[in-house]
Amino acid sequence: MARVVVDVMLKPEILDPQGRAITEACSRLGFEGVDQVRQGKRFEIEVEGEVDEAKLADVRRLAETLLANTVIEDFEVHIPQ
Amino acid sequence: MTARVGVVTFPGSLDDKDAARAVRLAGAEPVPLWHAEADLKSVDAVILPGGFSYGDYLRCGAIARFAPLMAELVPAARSGALPVLGICNGFQVLTESGLLPGALIRNSSLRFVNREQALRVESTDTAWTGDYEKAQEILLVLKSGEGNYVADEATLDELESRGRVVARYVGGNPNGSRRGIAGLTNEHGNVVGLVPHPEHAVEALTGPSTDGLGFFTSILTRQVSAAPV
Repeated sequence: MARVVVDVMLKPEILDPQGRAITEACSRLGFEGVDQVRQGKRFEIEVEGEVDEAKLADVRRLAETLLANTVIEDFEVHIPQ
Repeated sequence: MTARVGVVTFPGSLDDKDAARAVRLAGAEPVPLWHAEADLKSVDAVILPGGFSYGDYLRCGAIARFAPLMAELVPAARSGALPVLGICNGFQVLTESGLLPGALIRNSSLRFVNREQALRVESTDTAWTGDYEKAQEILLVLKSGEGNYVADEATLDELESRGRVVARYVGGNPNGSRRGIAGLTNEHGNVVGLVPHPEHAVEALTGPSTDGLGFFTSILTRQVSAAPV
């Protein structure tokens, strides 16, 4: 079994109210110098056998079909080291 | 013949019974539709009700849009043939399925908003708003945590110029929606998405007004006028 990771983030132009609330909490807690936090999602996908180009293509298709809403989100597919 | 209006129940739907009741009060026959059955039962129109389909997991409406029933509904709605009203979570299902542009994200306040909300009806050229007057102000119920409508500027300009903004918030923006948008329609005017709940404003006993009834009577008026003589 191998693992493929999909990271999903709101597009830069989409306001992230949750990230903003976290940013505000940072300064309240005394974590100085935190300008901005944006919150995303990480999906860890276990696939059968080795990860090859075909499997990565399947995961990319899964990401754009279900895991991310590409109207408001970007995603990245990668294999963890 | 009485119009038959389907009301879809997904796991986690909350307002399907209220929507069915509003349909009945408007003089039509509500027809329960089950998400897992790919059968629209020859209904004249469909309501996607409010609630928390699939617990709002992943994104609101993101899993419901792949229900077997949706595979039947989406092409019929996209072609302009089938009138569909998505309320709150139903609106989220419509944006997730690509029937309406843009998306609904977390309220800018991060708070769930639950209150009576005034709206201005901006378009009466839809299957669901024909019984209203243009610029009419109505009072409905707003109850949502993710009612913040977003789309890129080009899409917003296009929606405005084509008269596809169906309703806007009046008296302040409750959730951060771009340009105060509370409701939208598609290019044919048969698909409407609305964040506030008209089905909770159909009777003096249980709602803040009866202003919501117009959404449900509009579909009847439309059907009568479209019927062959």
